[in-house]
Amino acid sequence: MTANWANKRGVGAGALLAWAGLALLPLIGFITENTSFDYYMYMGQSMLIYAIAVLGLNLLIGFNGQISLGHSAFFALGAYTTAILMNFGGWPYWATLPIAALVCFLAGLAFGFPALKLEGHYLALATFTLAIAMPQLLKYKAIAGWTGGVGGVLLDKPDPPEWTGLSADQFLYYLCLFCAMSLFWLVFNLLRGRSGRAIMAIRDHTMAASTMGIDIARYKTVAFGISAGITGIAGALSAITVAYVAPDSFTLQLSISFLVGLVVGGIASLPGCLIGGAFIVLVQNSAQSISDWMKGTFALRYDVPAWAIYGVLLLALMYVLPDGIAGGCARIRAWWTTRGRREAQS
Amino acid sequence: MVALLEAKALSAWYGPIRGLYELDLVVEQGGVTALLGANGAGKTTTLRALCNMVRRAGTTTFQGVDISRRSTEDIVRMGVAHVPEGRGTFVALTVEENLRLALHTRRDKAAAMRDRDLVFGYFPILQERLHQQAGTLSGGEQQMLAIGRALMLAPKLMLLDEPSFGLAPLIVREIFRILRQINEHEHVSMLIVEQNAALALDLADTVYLLETGKVVTSGPSALIQNDEALRKSYLGY
Amino acid sequence: MDFFIQQIASGLTSGAIYACVALGLVMIYVSTDHINFAQGEMAMFATYLAWAMINAGVPYWIAFGLTIAVAFFGGLFIQRVILKPLEHAPVLALVVCFIALLSIFNAIAGMIWSYTIKQFPSPFPSHDLFGNGLVSVQQLGVVGVTLVMLGLLTVFFRFTTLGLAMRAAAQNPASARLMGVRVAWMLALGWGLAASIGAIAGMLVAPIVFLDPNMMNGILVYGFASALVGGIGNPMGAVAGGFIVGVLENLVGSYVIGNELKLSFALVVVVGVLLLKPAGLFGRVIVRRV
Repeated sequence: MTANWANKRGVGAGALLAWAGLALLPLIGFITENTSFDYYMYMGQSMLIYAIAVLGLNLLIGFNGQISLGHSAFFALGAYTTAILMNFGGWPYWATLPIAALVCFLAGLAFGFPALKLEGHYLALATFTLAIAMPQLLKYKAIAGWTGGVGGVLLDKPDPPEWTGLSADQFLYYLCLFCAMSLFWLVFNLLRGRSGRAIMAIRDHTMAASTMGIDIARYKTVAFGISAGITGIAGALSAITVAYVAPDSFTLQLSISFLVGLVVGGIASLPGCLIGGAFIVLVQNSAQSISDWMKGTFALRYDVPAWAIYGVLLLALMYVLPDGIAGGCARIRAWWTTRGRREAQS
Repeated sequence: MVALLEAKALSAWYGPIRGLYELDLVVEQGGVTALLGANGAGKTTTLRALCNMVRRAGTTTFQGVDISRRSTEDIVRMGVAHVPEGRGTFVALTVEENLRLALHTRRDKAAAMRDRDLVFGYFPILQERLHQQAGTLSGGEQQMLAIGRALMLAPKLMLLDEPSFGLAPLIVREIFRILRQINEHEHVSMLIVEQNAALALDLADTVYLLETGKVVTSGPSALIQNDEALRKSYLGY
Repeated sequence: MDFFIQQIASGLTSGAIYACVALGLVMIYVSTDHINFAQGEMAMFATYLAWAMINAGVPYWIAFGLTIAVAFFGGLFIQRVILKPLEHAPVLALVVCFIALLSIFNAIAGMIWSYTIKQFPSPFPSHDLFGNGLVSVQQLGVVGVTLVMLGLLTVFFRFTTLGLAMRAAAQNPASARLMGVRVAWMLALGWGLAASIGAIAGMLVAPIVFLDPNMMNGILVYGFASALVGGIGNPMGAVAGGFIVGVLENLVGSYVIGNELKLSFALVVVVGVLLLKPAGLFGRVIVRRV
């Protein structure tokens, strides 16, 4: 599962086009009369936020070969850091982002260190427990003064600066896009360099990597830290854009959504993260329509919940398309380019 | 003589790597057949291919029945006992449990218990260590246990993969002596893979010589033993 | 002192439930080397089936038995049909599979029976055993059922040939095949048994915590903790671990950190055991001589 793009000299044309396209989307708002446009902007924000969260998870799972079912906890940590700083410290929203990143990075390091001794199922187990313990921890009465307990914390949605002429949702979209672009760029460069090769070497052949002098412990813990930090930023952005944090938004199911996004988009694929993020939001939004369609087509008695769809999809993907959509595209591309060669041979 | 096990055009692969090239092999009823050859010649691969433990092609018949498509466990239940490379001991189980496992496939429990006494007759040390964890047994004892497990299956054919591996010469000689007894008294035919050519030639009636997945020569063991050129070039002595 | 005894009794009762869940987990781990994250949801689903039967008028113990049977075949089916094709897949794919099963069971239960909590009947009368408010018949019943089940399983694995075949298949599948053991079916059997044990756990706990699709999440985590404490390869250890964790949880909850951080306590136990003594208290170290 080597990333061929990592050997290329720079960012591909395809990637540049994609990001440019994403940057131009909000401008449609100036020419359209569609009253739900702001809502589409909100959906776009969610997609980018999930894409960032999946990016964090992908770094750990796809590129470093570890596993985590507990990234909802880091997402929550980032969200609550922002909420507490804004609510009690009066901090401006943009200043909370680096702090959230730092807090989650440190938390990830702290968890990554004991995680060194755990592999595969055991690490999955430890992170699974983390995900389940987090909501209860957030409701803990002793810290409810800060976390708002069960009710959570309500925030003010930030106003866009006057000179931009953008609506609040357009502006927040650009905020999320800026963060996404920066983080994707960071990860892209990280993976292309020596550290990236070390990280991937650990995934592919841990024992060989250590005999070549790569400090496994250091890279694995730092990978965990960075992964948590990135997902933490996504959490912080989520707090800002949704303007509300509550413990029950950060359950195991959130971790599972990240996993679904990762698997659907494609493990160890950067564009896959964007696909995954978009996918999660689309399924969440169309869960009702999918359910209605299924009820109609299959004459079911009950509503089909989004989770059943996620579950069945995950299973199907494991059999049919374990590399996700990005992997499937890569395979089609490979088949197409070698087609000429095969035809020439026969 | 009647052919007990017969392989025609047997090929085998480990993933994309081919190990056997259209081998022909016959194990006669009642006799001991040896497969000899250098490291990597394909001896273990042959045994595995016969039991369908690796990807294979060709036809294998046992007692006239085609077993090419049967699963390993079904082939075992038909009367083929395979003593694998490395003994295959159930290290976490006791000696008693290692042997008792055979009852899972034996209908006649009384006969199985009689066979257990038989095993103790050949290998009294196993009875001494009956309730000991099998992983704590010495190499030689584990080899005896492996043969004992095979005997408990009341097989018609026993496949043995390098029974002398890693054992002291005295113990090896003892084991081969017992194998000869098992062959003669229990009427168990044998197919033995061995690196120790001298021992194998002594025990076997028929010999196949393998090199890089093909049969180089075959024949009665006396003939091979007396062919000095053959011995020097393929068996190194 | 009374309060202490009550906490112990209550701890042993929860401990019995954890022990059941842990047993199911150990069973699957021992036969397949996998950790079944869907164990809790499978148990919950089976309990809902029991509830549906009882609601339809089926007498309790018949519903109990039928549910165990259905769970057994369900577990068998899941292993043979859904998991077998992935048996050589990397760990991540398998973990994703278990999570998928978890989601599906949870969603379907919520879909069919909704998320409102329901009452589940208990076969044990709810009065006190000694009339002094310390131990109830219910609690004793739960512990009793667990111990009986443990006894049956121990006898099965230690003294029957089939049990031996299952152990052999789990420890050394290649050698087991060479002894004529149909390894694939042994794995399926392990799953069937684990599913049945889980169903029993669900039916024992439902009267106490009320039936709802998310009831097993917290309990599953405690089940993990118990299995790890006892030694994940060891059925008796799982049960001992269950009781230990149950009592500890109650004591720590009552005297130290309050009842609100119980899940964090489970997290500490899980991570602690994995780091300090991964073999657990009773895990055996196997000696291998070449």
